[in-house]
Amino acid sequence: MREIQVEYFAALREHAGCGRERLRTAARTPRELFAELSRRHGFPELGPLKVAVNDEFGDWEAPLADGDSVVFIPPVAGG
Amino acid sequence: MKPFAFSAEPLQPASLRRSLADPRCGAFVSFEGWVRNHNDGREVRALEYEAYEQLGLKEGARIVQEAIERFGVDHAACVHRVGALALGDLAVWVGVSSAHRDAAFAACRYIIDEVKHRVPIWKKEHYADGDSGWVNCERCASHAQPPPARQAGR
Repeated sequence: MREIQVEYFAALREHAGCGRERLRTAARTPRELFAELSRRHGFPELGPLKVAVNDEFGDWEAPLADGDSVVFIPPVAGG
Repeated sequence: MKPFAFSAEPLQPASLRRSLADPRCGAFVSFEGWVRNHNDGREVRALEYEAYEQLGLKEGARIVQEAIERFGVDHAACVHRVGALALGDLAVWVGVSSAHRDAAFAACRYIIDEVKHRVPIWKKEHYADGDSGWVNCERCASHAQPPPARQAGR
């Protein structure tokens, strides 16, 4: 099990009902973590997501480490 | 000034512009993105911008540096608003100064296009009919999915 901090923005924040949460999880990768959180929060279809690990763009399949901070990034709309 | 910044306060183009002044530069080009009263056929009353600032600052700075290197301009910067904005408010400002205008136009265009695609900023529109929604996240039905397996994160 790993302790991971997840931060939410925009539509995901509204669906999660919180801006961040800390959880203990067996998820090994961002993809597995997203699947677990999606089941828990019932996230809607948001389009293609990116992921950030420790405030840099990350890989969906890269192993998560204890203490990592993860952000799932819905399609952006700046400007 | 910093190459890229977020601001919770109204942007001041005159002061931003001064920060790029340089006697070597004969050209200055800026872009201002304003809050528009319509989008996709709907009447918009107000906007909110939300940013993932820790990553957004890094990605925004990378974009500005890319523009400086690619087009050989002397100075470039971008500031994006966060928080609640009203119609007509300045949402994003890009400025570039350079010896000559061609490079300044190209770099300015590059920065705004890349910022819109790459910097983690989200826009929530509030519509005249009372509805609201996150732009580019309109099809909020069924379940969210990450991209197909094996695809890199960016």
